[in-house]
Amino acid sequence: MTGAMDTPIGGDTRVAALWDGLSRVMDPELDESIVDLGFVTDVSLDAAGRVDVGFRLPTYWCSPNFAFLMVDDIARELARLPFVREVRPKLHDHMASDEVNRGAHLGLSFAETFEAFEVAGTLEDLRETFHRKAFQRRQEAVILGLRRAGWSDAAIVTADLATLDRVVLEDGEATRQKPRYRELLLARGLALMPGDRAFVTLEGAALTEASLPAHMRALRAVRINMEANGAICRGLLDARYGETAVAEPPEAHANAARANETHACGGGGKSCCGGCARQASAPQPAAAPDL
Amino acid sequence: MYTTPDGEEVFIIDGHTHFWDGSPENQKNIHGKQFIDCFYGYHSSLSPKDKLWTREQFAKYSADKMYHDLFVDGPDDMAIVQSTYLKDFYKNGFNTIERNHEMAKGQPGRFIVNGAYDPRDGEEALEYIHFLKETYDVKGVKLYTAEWKGESRGWKLTDPNSYRCLELCQKLGITNVHIHKGPTIIPLDKDAFDVHDVDHVATDFQGLNFIIEHCGLPRLDDFCWIAVQETNVYGGLAVALPFIHSRPRYFAEVISELLFWVGEDKLLFGSDYAIWTPRWLVEKFWNFEIPEDIKQEHGVDLTREAKRKILGLNAARLYNIDVEAQKVRLKNSPLAVAAE
Repeated sequence: MTGAMDTPIGGDTRVAALWDGLSRVMDPELDESIVDLGFVTDVSLDAAGRVDVGFRLPTYWCSPNFAFLMVDDIARELARLPFVREVRPKLHDHMASDEVNRGAHLGLSFAETFEAFEVAGTLEDLRETFHRKAFQRRQEAVILGLRRAGWSDAAIVTADLATLDRVVLEDGEATRQKPRYRELLLARGLALMPGDRAFVTLEGAALTEASLPAHMRALRAVRINMEANGAICRGLLDARYGETAVAEPPEAHANAARANETHACGGGGKSCCGGCARQASAPQPAAAPDL
Repeated sequence: MYTTPDGEEVFIIDGHTHFWDGSPENQKNIHGKQFIDCFYGYHSSLSPKDKLWTREQFAKYSADKMYHDLFVDGPDDMAIVQSTYLKDFYKNGFNTIERNHEMAKGQPGRFIVNGAYDPRDGEEALEYIHFLKETYDVKGVKLYTAEWKGESRGWKLTDPNSYRCLELCQKLGITNVHIHKGPTIIPLDKDAFDVHDVDHVATDFQGLNFIIEHCGLPRLDDFCWIAVQETNVYGGLAVALPFIHSRPRYFAEVISELLFWVGEDKLLFGSDYAIWTPRWLVEKFWNFEIPEDIKQEHGVDLTREAKRKILGLNAARLYNIDVEAQKVRLKNSPLAVAAE
């Protein structure tokens, strides 16, 4: 399964760190890691600190703007590693491969990359759209987990951040999504202090016991849509490349990810979110189980 | 006609079918190859193993095969054929209205052939809509807002040129506007999957019905919000329905969302032939029960009556088909189909 991997220079630890960084890059539409989705085909590091990342998408037609967001995020994530000097993502088999790869190589903006097509503005609006949906999906998972753990709606809508941090959830999806939810909650400035409400709307409005059911119906629609999209994307990738071609991180990466499961997301460390995201990005099975 | 296990005859209108030529001979460039390959990806990833076609079969099939798959082996009584030109990718187009019309002529009374236009053609688009009405008496059109054209990377239903086209459609009685918001076509900087433009035109064109194919996937959630507010917005089930085989629980959740927000009167069955064939879809759909926990959670049910509506009665209403009269008519004009 790791046949596509080039021989790592600098040891397994560095390659594991690269995979770990890549697993923090999300498909914006699905809010799932590009590693878990099988989009990353190979990663290599040379002596000069140059990283080559090969990746592919479920179809030739996947939106170039989404592809560009992912390339951008790959470069950002890997550039944070101290031993990385240069990141060269390479998108394969895509209608805009040439443009995206050239843009990534030269460090161009989206507008500069697609200059010939008179692209207007930036991708920030698109990023924001997906950010909002990711927030909603993660929030729903945590609330459902709390409900399953016996929490009343009244307790959920009044819970504060400190309480959220303390709670230990049994539910797998809720456990996975809790740190990821917290990360967005903080990033969007919706909760900052331990006493701030842990569950609010995207606009920061408080939820009430009476408004929670309608709120949850809206979140459910977001999740069902994302799950259906995820299933379509996985199916198309599989149909395009075959199951055997799906790349998986080496064992070292899996171990690193497992080690992170013990990471406590108590607000310590430089930004907390980084650690939480790492915890959240532990590899999942490449194919979603049929629920 | 689909006969249920307990003997009821259910009238089936397949709301979304194609008669395409994606063969290598017709491909103009790499895009043509990748386009049919992408369709094949959908076919092979969501079909039951015993329903898989070869790539060659899939790229181009005969009119007789289509009749057979829809009406002989398949349970369809009627089928709506959507026209998709894609002349930048295919020498003779992917499936133009001329090609579709020729195919449909072989089985009178079975097909409803829809047209297509591109509002970016300006005056020519208006002339073309007149041509479609006068030549083919179309009752509907299929639009791709994300289609590439020259320097343009997509358009919105609310663009001024689009408004002029919709005004003309309304005036001429081309009342059913099918809109593709789903994957496989090319948005670039614009978020061409965005469904919010549907909201505006649905309000402004009360004489038109807007059928959002694939239920707005990949934006099902946004689509649901719009459909609940607009009485003339419908959802086509193509792409969502095949999940019934590979991921039945996902399908249960999707159909429950649609029943809750959009309602059983506003959903249309479609096989998306030849991506999928209607027989297995209809059989599985008729026999499908929403799992009890999802039924409870969503507060909906997929009743026999809902299934009848989705499988044919809703489309019949949109296309002014008198189902009882049509049954008699079809009974009196049996299919002449060569054996496959």
